[in-house]
Amino acid sequence: MFDLERWEEIFETIRKNKLRTFLTGLSVASGIFILVVLLGIGEGMRNGIAQEFERDAANIMYVYTGVTSKEYKGLNPGRRIQMKNEDFNYTAVKYQDDLEYRSSIYRIWNGIVNFGKESGSYRVEGVYPDYQFLENSGMVEGRFVNFKDHQNFEKVVVVGDKVRNDLFKDKKDPIGEYVQISGVNFKVIGVFTDPGGEREESRVFMPLSTAQRVFGGGNNIANMAFTLEPAENFEAALAASTRFSEAIENQLKETHTIAPDDESAISINNSLENAKRFFDLMDMIKFFFWGVGICTIIAGIVGVSNIMLIIVKERTREIGIRKALGAEPLSIVGMVLHESIFVTAIAGFIGLIASLLLLEFVGPLIETQYISNPSVNFNVALTTVFILVLAGAIAGFFPAWRAARIRPIVALRDE
Amino acid sequence: MIEIKDLHKSYKMGSNSLHVLKGINFSVAEGELVSIMGSSGSGKSTLLNILGMLDEADGGSYTLDGVPIKNLNEKIAARYRNKFLGFIFQSFNLISYKNALDNVALPLYYQGIKRGERIDKAMSYLEKVGLADWAGHLPNELSGGQKQRVAIARALASDPKVLLADEPTGALDSKTSYEVMNLIQEINDEGRTILVVTHEPDIAAMTKRIVNLKDGRIIQDTPVNQVRALQNV
Ligand SMILES: Nc1ncnc2c1ncn2[C@@H]1O[C@H](COP(=O)(O)OP(=O)(O)OP(=O)(O)O)[C@@H](O)[C@H]1O
Ligand SMILES: [Mg+2]
Repeated sequence: MFDLERWEEIFETIRKNKLRTFLTGLSVASGIFILVVLLGIGEGMRNGIAQEFERDAANIMYVYTGVTSKEYKGLNPGRRIQMKNEDFNYTAVKYQDDLEYRSSIYRIWNGIVNFGKESGSYRVEGVYPDYQFLENSGMVEGRFVNFKDHQNFEKVVVVGDKVRNDLFKDKKDPIGEYVQISGVNFKVIGVFTDPGGEREESRVFMPLSTAQRVFGGGNNIANMAFTLEPAENFEAALAASTRFSEAIENQLKETHTIAPDDESAISINNSLENAKRFFDLMDMIKFFFWGVGICTIIAGIVGVSNIMLIIVKERTREIGIRKALGAEPLSIVGMVLHESIFVTAIAGFIGLIASLLLLEFVGPLIETQYISNPSVNFNVALTTVFILVLAGAIAGFFPAWRAARIRPIVALRDE
Repeated sequence: MIEIKDLHKSYKMGSNSLHVLKGINFSVAEGELVSIMGSSGSGKSTLLNILGMLDEADGGSYTLDGVPIKNLNEKIAARYRNKFLGFIFQSFNLISYKNALDNVALPLYYQGIKRGERIDKAMSYLEKVGLADWAGHLPNELSGGQKQRVAIARALASDPKVLLADEPTGALDSKTSYEVMNLIQEINDEGRTILVVTHEPDIAAMTKRIVNLKDGRIIQDTPVNQVRALQNV
């Protein structure tokens, strides 16, 4: 490999056949380029989807209700199902040991929030203290709703960062200020941030009890959200959450007299199941991208192989001369292999660098909903380098084998 | 130096085969300068290729410098060629993209000699054939006679026991031919064994012994009074 003479040979042939070498290299370079860009996009899609899931706790289960679609025990379809505090309390107590966080949600419609001259329409909800963790929110200032607020029906709110920026334009610190929701004064006790971004940060939370009392909700709740205690691994967590969501679905159907096979009355959005679906899909996309990339490289290998065969054919006489002068078959194999590995490696690295540059500079500019920061990690880059060298070796093998087998007497006669 | 007994060679072409060498017996002692003559198709090149281990005989025995040459695999054949033999071809067979010096150095590369030493040695052989000033030139910048002299320098570079030349003057005019023969005679004077295939009687007369082939058999094997090539130049 570090044989100067052989390197000279290779440079010599490359210099003599610039166009041919360029075309060979191009097929490999574009193969690697396509592979890396595809992998980068795959990674970007993964990042994008991961971000989608960061909005809420990764294992959150979200229960909401709709309208029945089936007649059951004499009750007509088309009934709107309304969950009550009892539904939540029952579940919270029954699964006390399994649950990590739990909250029910009461949604206030027409959530117009005023502060002085400023006003805005936001999602306003009554929640339990755990809701902070279910939403994956962090506090920028102050605190979240706590249990005492809940017990005492305190008129306090926690606002999202976006709400703060909208309403408290010049005032830095909103804590302790009063905002009006439907004409009722609420004291701001905290500002939260959410990985889900602006959309999630234009929300306002207050204690569930307050919301129900002030806005005439009785003991109605709109949704329930739960997470289970962490499990050992993804599979176990998935199994547990599937079991749990089936159990509450059945429970709710029984209390609200809903047909067991009614699909529309109770819905449970299980993040883990969604995540699994997405990750399965991601894996498929990833396999697909690898497949396409590898096929492109195979096409490149075939191209290089072909060209190397032509090179060997053209150099048949030279190979005969070398053999007459004492070249062993192995040294001929080495010569041909060396050249093809060299050409594919250089071309491949050019493709690799070009694609990395593209991902580096253009990647961050791509911010659609499902692609975020397409990039390639070090291991993947390393894998492609390995593929490259392997490709060069495969591309060179058949021509080299042919070259080594040419008998000197035949080779010398070649015109 | 060379000892062959009852050598046979046929070429298979489809269903029929062509019997080219039909039992050759002949030996060459060290320091001889032998010419092999015969009409076209008589098997001269075939014989020389077998002696050069570029081709294999079908039957008979061949001993080179006391080493029996049989059942060689490519690797050992390559090593023997490198160690024992130097080739000079009618069409020179220089590598076109290498300059004269690198062409001469090539057998030394296959001997595993380091680059610096290789270049020094190759240069001394180029000097010997009078082409030191042409070391950096590519083959297509040299005349036919110069090319053949580079080829001779290359054949000598590995310090072989035997030089095998297949019509070394076949592509040269008579003046250049005599210059090349003069060089071959000088090398022979130093004691090296040389076999020259030719069908030109004047060239054969410059060797010390003429072997005549006809239809794959030796019909005549006579020593000659060597004509010095220098007299004709
Ligand atoms: N590879 C081959 N396959 C088939 N026949 C061959 C092969 N090489 C040589 N021959 C035949 O063998 C015979 C002897 O060939 P060879 O080359 O030894 O002759 P030669 O004496 O060197 O002739 P020339 O003076 O023309 O060079 C010829 O009839 C030739 O056609
Ligand atoms: Mg011949």
